Amino acid sequence: MPVSVANSQLIYDALKACDVQIISALPETWLVHLIRMADEDPDMTLVRIAKEEEAVGISAGAHLAGVNSALLMQNHGFLAAINPIVSLALLYKIPLLMLISYRGHMGERDPWQTQGGMVTEPLLRALGIPIWHLTDPRDVQRRLKDAQTLAHAALAPVAVLLTRELMWED
Amino acid sequence: MLRTDALRAIYPELEDRIVVTIMGAVAAELYTFGHRPTFFYLEHAMGMASSMGLGIALALPRHKVVVLDGDGSLLMNLGTLSTLARYQPGNLLHIVFDNESLLSVGGFPTATSTGTDLAGIARACGVPRVEEADTPERLKESVVAALAGDTLTTIVSKVEAVGPKSFHMDLPLLENRFQFRRALEALRQRE
Repeated sequence: MPVSVANSQLIYDALKACDVQIISALPETWLVHLIRMADEDPDMTLVRIAKEEEAVGISAGAHLAGVNSALLMQNHGFLAAINPIVSLALLYKIPLLMLISYRGHMGERDPWQTQGGMVTEPLLRALGIPIWHLTDPRDVQRRLKDAQTLAHAALAPVAVLLTRELMWED
Repeated sequence: MLRTDALRAIYPELEDRIVVTIMGAVAAELYTFGHRPTFFYLEHAMGMASSMGLGIALALPRHKVVVLDGDGSLLMNLGTLSTLARYQPGNLLHIVFDNESLLSVGGFPTATSTGTDLAGIARACGVPRVEEADTPERLKESVVAALAGDTLTTIVSKVEAVGPKSFHMDLPLLENRFQFRRALEALRQRE
């Protein structure tokens, strides 16, 4: 499976540098290595959820209890989580560090991913959620740290889109 | 059983705990018994109270966390029971008031009114301790035992579909949010 191990490791190391202690995740192809890294890290609490909505609640609880967390999901998972993003995170001013695998965009071969790919950024913009794209491995650490910093300063969700260029080795 | 009688019976067990409640009647009734800085009233995002409770329980493993859930809310996020059962935080107590109705939005019957068994679902998901408590005394007993122990517990209590006259709470939701975070920070500092 040509998911980049090296770049997954860069992302994971950047999350550790952000002092992320809880990761909620729902499996998806591009996230396999990241989830495995979280699972193998004795200092990380990995919560394998049934649906992405739960991750918003878990991160909200963790934030109110003073612990940094991150959400790992596919963009279709983001679509599934929109209600709690609006009526919990945005309503209650809860920072969320959302790492979203950006399926269905340029280079996508799976027809079933394409509709979600085309609406992801317009929906994030409609919600007023700032977006960082991760495409260049050299940007990973800086952009994740800056995304978390903004989330905490704005008390708001931020989206870090994990792109094909970073995640997939063709 | 009236939910307000149930809450009155367990309030002494809750008042020094971290409590997350769903919106509507449960929030208003708990608030009426006496607000505490460690009480969080989730005024929207139905279904998320138990997920928030899980996040808090994982972040503060040395403190008990009580979630006051409802049938309508839990039915919107049934997957939460499988996630709770998977991680089994022993410091989490999940109480579900089942009035078989979406009371706060007009009283429409939920699926528990036609036989869906939330305690059975929790058991089948693997929640290690599931109890049904349909009197205030029985509920209090179950709550005391769960808080004394270290086992993830779900208690389902059938209650009448009766709510308070007013849902008004003199506590803006952001004030509640910031106060709650400060209270949890203070708990963390004392560890």
